Amino acid sequence: MAKSGTLEVGAIPYDVFDTVIAKYNGDPTAIISILQDIQEHLDYVPKDGISYLAEKLGVSPAKIYGIVTFYAQFRLQPKGKYIIMLCEGTACHVNGAKMVGKAIEEELNIKGGETTGDGNFTLEKVACIGCCSLSPVMVINEETYAKLTPESTRKILKEYQEREAAAQN
Amino acid sequence: MQQGKTVIKVGFSTCGIAAGGNKVYEVLTKGIAKDNLQVVLQKTGCIGMCYLEPIVDVITPEGNLFSYGGVTEENAIRIMEEHIKQGQPPEDLLINKEREEVVGQQVRIALRNCGIIDPESMNDYRESGGYKAIEKALLEMTPEKVIDEVLRSGLRGRGGAGFPTGLKWRFTRQYQSNQKYLVCNADEGDPGAFMDRSIIEGDPHAVLEGMMIAAYAIGASEGHIYVRAEYPLAIIRLDKAIKDMKEAGLLGNNILGSGFNFTLKIKKGAGAFVCGEETALIASLEGERGMPRLKPPFPAEAGLWKKPTCINNVETFANVPWIILNGAEKYAAYGTEKSKGTKVFALAGKAKRGGLIEVPMGITLKEVIFGVGGGIRDDKKFKGVQLGGPSGGCIPESLLDTPVDYDSVGKTGAIMGSGGMIVMDETTCMVDMARFFSNFVQNESCGKCIHCRLGTKRMLEILNRITEGKAQPEELDLLEEIAYNVKEGALCGLGQTAPNPVLTTLNYFREEYVSHIMDRKCPAKVCYELLTYTIDPELCNGCRRCSKRCPTEAISGNKKEPHVIDQEKCIKCGNCFDTCRFKAVLVD
Repeated sequence: MAKSGTLEVGAIPYDVFDTVIAKYNGDPTAIISILQDIQEHLDYVPKDGISYLAEKLGVSPAKIYGIVTFYAQFRLQPKGKYIIMLCEGTACHVNGAKMVGKAIEEELNIKGGETTGDGNFTLEKVACIGCCSLSPVMVINEETYAKLTPESTRKILKEYQEREAAAQN
Repeated sequence: MQQGKTVIKVGFSTCGIAAGGNKVYEVLTKGIAKDNLQVVLQKTGCIGMCYLEPIVDVITPEGNLFSYGGVTEENAIRIMEEHIKQGQPPEDLLINKEREEVVGQQVRIALRNCGIIDPESMNDYRESGGYKAIEKALLEMTPEKVIDEVLRSGLRGRGGAGFPTGLKWRFTRQYQSNQKYLVCNADEGDPGAFMDRSIIEGDPHAVLEGMMIAAYAIGASEGHIYVRAEYPLAIIRLDKAIKDMKEAGLLGNNILGSGFNFTLKIKKGAGAFVCGEETALIASLEGERGMPRLKPPFPAEAGLWKKPTCINNVETFANVPWIILNGAEKYAAYGTEKSKGTKVFALAGKAKRGGLIEVPMGITLKEVIFGVGGGIRDDKKFKGVQLGGPSGGCIPESLLDTPVDYDSVGKTGAIMGSGGMIVMDETTCMVDMARFFSNFVQNESCGKCIHCRLGTKRMLEILNRITEGKAQPEELDLLEEIAYNVKEGALCGLGQTAPNPVLTTLNYFREEYVSHIMDRKCPAKVCYELLTYTIDPELCNGCRRCSKRCPTEAISGNKKEPHVIDQEKCIKCGNCFDTCRFKAVLVD
């Protein structure tokens, strides 16, 4: 559960909140769309902004927090530069998604829902991305990788890591 | 479509794009511009042969179709050079014969335009008879007549429950209210199903026209499409289609001069499986947590904002214009006595030809899997097929002659569901499958009722213990008991059906559970805690690939001499098995 009383003031991008709230005329029933728009702008829903949003919409912070944590789409932490969406749908599961997931976790040393220390990769395990006939599948940002094996997965991740390392130098 | 020109179509659904369709499209675009080729390049939806994507169709001005599958960037250049420029279609890339085999066995009503028209072109849709049905309904039929037609067609809800669509419309119509709503349920959450995504991506106007007809029938002036946020391409295409409809005067007031008013809104879901349940979906539309509500009152009486609301699934709507245009009798000619028409299935898992198919109700599972689906990949042995996703069940080989219709499938303990059909072979562990689905429903349980919230949790814990080899024999009975209790006591469809995968696998594959518990063995060699890895000294040449990959340094041995695995240290990750090039690592 959320720790109460630890709100850090000042870091909240009020302008983004205000623009989005205005777009929906401050309608509290549009809360899911409002949160989706905020996340689209900021990549996540800052926990500290929830009270501000609640005040503007005239609902309780608990209600908004309840919605944010109910729906899988919302994140309370910023994500990495590359989002790895690993499909864990049925078709991917029977074709070995578990081993692919293990390969990613080992290679990047993170678990589902976590971000690497350098902020480069976030691993998200999702239910189904609907490419069942190409399973097992992962999507890194916009790019889809199909018919994965643990080996090919490691290779793909290494390529990303090398690209990042080259960009650093 | 332009007359007199060759048309090139590239499969541009999520599956086609994932397989590289966008790169092929780019290559073709550049090639056509460079050589100023006199052809029309188009995007189209998914023909359903997802395993052969990217698919490129070349249609000559005479209407002859040349279909190419698995097209790479190099092959795209060959198609342009050899086919378009020299008039010599590269035979080795053609899939016409296979396409005939796969598509020829189907009856495509909901999928009638998918993979054929450009989904982003309203003109294409109109040229294939689009918006003729709403014209007929608005100008020649009363709402009662429309309902009667749909009722007589025998169309039942394609989202899974199979409630007669016409009846649902009649119930909603009979309630008097100053405002009624129509909702399209496009929250396709069943992992392993992609019928609705493909229909929206391939033929969005068909769904929207179906919605217009339904709205007219029930007397609704406002429509909502609740679509998964995980389907960005579907949302883009719906957006474009709605914009085009507005421009063409098909949305707004006094549509086609008939006095019928209708507006459409897209609402993105935020990732909650339970929102496929209609009262949870309504709660989500109202900006609440998507938790189911008690029925009655049913949505037909008090749904969205407590107004009469009718909710139908994507595929249901896609059938409606065809029924209105071709008549109820023609639709009802397909199928069985109680399940009329056709059904779209997403065939995946270990089927050779994974993809989207539409077949008449009543054909057998065997015909679907071994006929249209081409059998099992790598010619392995068929073990079972999961119908209806996490709410459905696993049907064994002995029941392969079961006809695919609501009642026959229901009798097996599975459900027809929305159309996910996952084929499993001898390498699939049924206990692991049951665990997989229980894990899914446990994660997705909204937590409102105790049976689902705690019952699925206890079931998952037992299944985890079984797959880890820690379960006691009496836990099997306990698992069954909890499963029946959850089924009877849960508030909504999610909980009531959540035990189905467990109950059907217990019923048909009980011996696998017993091996896990009594022998501590996983016959399919999937549950890794139960596996033992050893190295065959005859086959091992001491290359050291495995010992380098072992995370716990459990493998030892001198270079160029057979290695051994220390069972105390082994964590059964399987890295050695995957790495060995000489098949020297054995698993039992």
